[in-house]
Amino acid sequence: MQIHVKVNEVDYVHEVEPRLLLVHYLRDVLRLTGTHIGCETSVCGACTVHINKKAAKSCTLLAVQADGCEITTIEGLASNGDLHPLQESFRENHGLQCGFCTPGIIMTAADFIQQIPDPSEEDIRHAIKGNLCRCTGYHNIITSIKQAATKMKEEVTV
Amino acid sequence: MSTTNGIIGQSVKRVEDKRFITGKGKYTDDIILHGQTYASFVRSPYAHASIVSVDIAAAKAMAGVLAIYTGKDVADINGVPCGWLVNFKDGSPMMEPKHPLMVADKARHTGDAVAMVIAETREQAIDAAEAVEVIYEELPVTVNAYEAIQPGAPLVHDVAPGNICFEWELGDSKEEVDAAIAASAHITTLEFVNQRLVPNAIEPRSYIGSYDAANEKYTLYTSTQNPHLIRLLMCAFVLGIPEHKVRVVGPDVGGAFGSKVYHYTEEALVTWASKKLNRPIKWTAERHESFLLDAHGRDHITKARIGFDKDQKITGLRVETIANLGAYLSTFSTCVPTYLYGTLLQGQYTTPVINVDVTAVFTNTTPVDAYRGAGRPEATYVLERLMDLAAHEMGIDPAALRFKNFIPPFDGVNQAGYLTRVALQYDSGNYHGTLSKGLEMLGYTQFREEQQKSSQNGKLLGVGFSTYIEACGLAPSSIAGALGARAGLYEVGQVRVQPTGKVSVFTGSHSHGQGHETSFAQIVADKLGIEMQDVEIIHGDSDSVAFGMGTYGSRSLAVGGSAIVKCIDKIVEKGKKIAAHKMEASEGDIDFANGKFTVKGTDKSLSFGDIALTAYIPHVYPKDLEPGLDFSSFYDPTNFTYPFGCHIAVGEVDRETGEVALKRFIAVDDVGNIVNPMIVEGQIHGGVAQGIGQALYEGAEYDANGQLTNGSYMDYCIPRADDLPMFETATQVTPCPHNPLGVKGAGEAGAIGSTPAVVNAVIDALWSGGYNVKDIRMPLTSERVWNAMQLGSAT
Repeated sequence: MQIHVKVNEVDYVHEVEPRLLLVHYLRDVLRLTGTHIGCETSVCGACTVHINKKAAKSCTLLAVQADGCEITTIEGLASNGDLHPLQESFRENHGLQCGFCTPGIIMTAADFIQQIPDPSEEDIRHAIKGNLCRCTGYHNIITSIKQAATKMKEEVTV
Repeated sequence: MSTTNGIIGQSVKRVEDKRFITGKGKYTDDIILHGQTYASFVRSPYAHASIVSVDIAAAKAMAGVLAIYTGKDVADINGVPCGWLVNFKDGSPMMEPKHPLMVADKARHTGDAVAMVIAETREQAIDAAEAVEVIYEELPVTVNAYEAIQPGAPLVHDVAPGNICFEWELGDSKEEVDAAIAASAHITTLEFVNQRLVPNAIEPRSYIGSYDAANEKYTLYTSTQNPHLIRLLMCAFVLGIPEHKVRVVGPDVGGAFGSKVYHYTEEALVTWASKKLNRPIKWTAERHESFLLDAHGRDHITKARIGFDKDQKITGLRVETIANLGAYLSTFSTCVPTYLYGTLLQGQYTTPVINVDVTAVFTNTTPVDAYRGAGRPEATYVLERLMDLAAHEMGIDPAALRFKNFIPPFDGVNQAGYLTRVALQYDSGNYHGTLSKGLEMLGYTQFREEQQKSSQNGKLLGVGFSTYIEACGLAPSSIAGALGARAGLYEVGQVRVQPTGKVSVFTGSHSHGQGHETSFAQIVADKLGIEMQDVEIIHGDSDSVAFGMGTYGSRSLAVGGSAIVKCIDKIVEKGKKIAAHKMEASEGDIDFANGKFTVKGTDKSLSFGDIALTAYIPHVYPKDLEPGLDFSSFYDPTNFTYPFGCHIAVGEVDRETGEVALKRFIAVDDVGNIVNPMIVEGQIHGGVAQGIGQALYEGAEYDANGQLTNGSYMDYCIPRADDLPMFETATQVTPCPHNPLGVKGAGEAGAIGSTPAVVNAVIDALWSGGYNVKDIRMPLTSERVWNAMQLGSAT
């Protein structure tokens, strides 16, 4: 089947097998390997991307379901060479160790901060509970997201 | 040694992060080689079954299928080896059945591989694997290690009668320990299970085997913690192919926690088959395969007895453990319930006599091996559960009981190391210090007041302690060898100063989240007095790095870092010779500090960069010196390192439902000198989360047929963000006296100390409500806690 998608601001047209998962399309066809596969069952969240600006798990969507959609992956989150505040705060606060879950968590958090710009610790824990991290115990991830949210809010206010 | 410029000890932000936060990390599954094919495995759905027939005809005819290999095709190839020999008490060797690459006659656990299908695409390989027809004849199954050693239990391997791999003992004689305990004023006994865990690195294992016919050279890309060890095991022990014709690359690895140490069958299979097909072959585990095949952790059944005299001083400890090793011996499986467990039962205490007896058992389950902490969490669980229980039974404070029994502080320099009853000599320790600090952070006096109030309003509040010790920095090769290790446990470093003074560092350690690219660069920049950006750390490729033993047992900084320091010593020594010649001074008059070689008492100096350039353009140069500035070092430690600390948990139990809420978690750890406090704190956080996971959420559950009933993320609960509190951490520094950095290692401490603290806290909460409870089986689900409350009937 033919699909038209816009990924990280670039338009693509591809013939794909109907069974091809979106995450395999992104990784194998477009070679955007920052989106990871941890469980193939929508539980671990390593495959989280934005579809039409909403966070979604790309391992349980077919590529054909994304026809006509605008997709952002971790590779497209920085703009004009400037890192997204979340990317900066994860580095600043040691919010990652092995880095495998990190793109998914950042994509989830980027959507979440748009909806709740001034989140509490509890809000953040609730928002990212669909993303598993085995390295950090989440402590520094919570701190990273909180700091990025504060920074983004300040930028908006200014 | 040169003086330092102070980068060691700073929370430098990680060098490696940029690629990870921008999606540019390169994990094995991200690599796509030209002409790459895909493997999928046909796996036994039964835990124990004879394989009657395997029919590949239909599968072979399917679109895209390139080859199908079965157990019969690899029957003549060696199995994957076990790296540690443990003997029976009488000195006879352990039972060591073959762990075949694929099984031809019999499957011994669910997931055992029967056939490998290779096709042009992933989907074609999966479809064809489903079309392979295998006829099995089910056999009786043994799952539980206690049941496996009872008479008449089904046999996993014909060569291991009674399913026993070995019976092992360490310490004082049983008679001596029994007599000491019998004469005690108080005896505490406890029987419990340390449940089986699934490591669950978020990156599934992934391998690509590739063969270059023109150069007759293999390459294996593998999600491993130790590429050189995999090359050694695979070449010398399994495939019998020449090591210099095999390159093993461990690129970015997405978490490991022990589970990626071992040489797995699929590594050898994709490598072997890549030559047959003359095409690269990739296999990436699906999550259900990770659950069934990544070596599990823990799984002990233990009986323990500890005695106290009238002054509450420990008189003796006797421990009997049955350890489940699963269906086959994984690479380091045998040393985990023995030399990494029994040797730690001294803990932080002056226990005068100790005996530990371990029976290691085969069952029809996934092989068990080292998982974060490996043996040491199990030992800590024995001791620290006993201590809180004994204090409760004797009616004294659990912190006071510990203070009474601690080994007094010793630095290993002015005071000798502490010789234990179980074969180790601790390097340095200050156990009073970490517990005191923990109590201060907790606000212990106020806590006990708060606890009293809380029990009046439907919530039961409890505190649990764990004062742990671990043996890390694995390991002095001679000691490990005497204990049965079949490999050396040194580490290799190489520091190559480039002509312009920039530095490339090659290390046999492997980073998979630990941040070596940062902390190792800090060491080099600090010691050489140069900028961190002028240092690059290279690891994970057997063609770049001379050799290495890899990363496990919290060994990278203590052993790998020390190897790098040894190289730097050699560089500075040679640099002084060059500097002396250039500045026409005697070598003894040259000082090196802050990146400068100076002639003592003069203002004459040359920069590190000047010396590097001279070494590579040796026009004015000592006659008897070789050009170049590039040194390697094999560092073999003289002892293990012994990090220690105190973990305190505060838990709340809902009186109506038994639901547990972890309110606070305090960790005071002493990991010796600290190179990067931010990274150390992160390591502690992650370990603590896994330890809490064991206490409250995790546990592999097998049914009587040997089916792993919770083999998915929907059924097996690893902690999520809303399951954990913020952690309160602090460090104390008691340097390691025997390595040049004074470091002890931080990777496993969190997972070793935390579990008993959490369980103790929950039980203390129940005690505060008047419930008579001795033990609750982990994980402490609300159902189990509620049941314990009913049985322990409130007074």
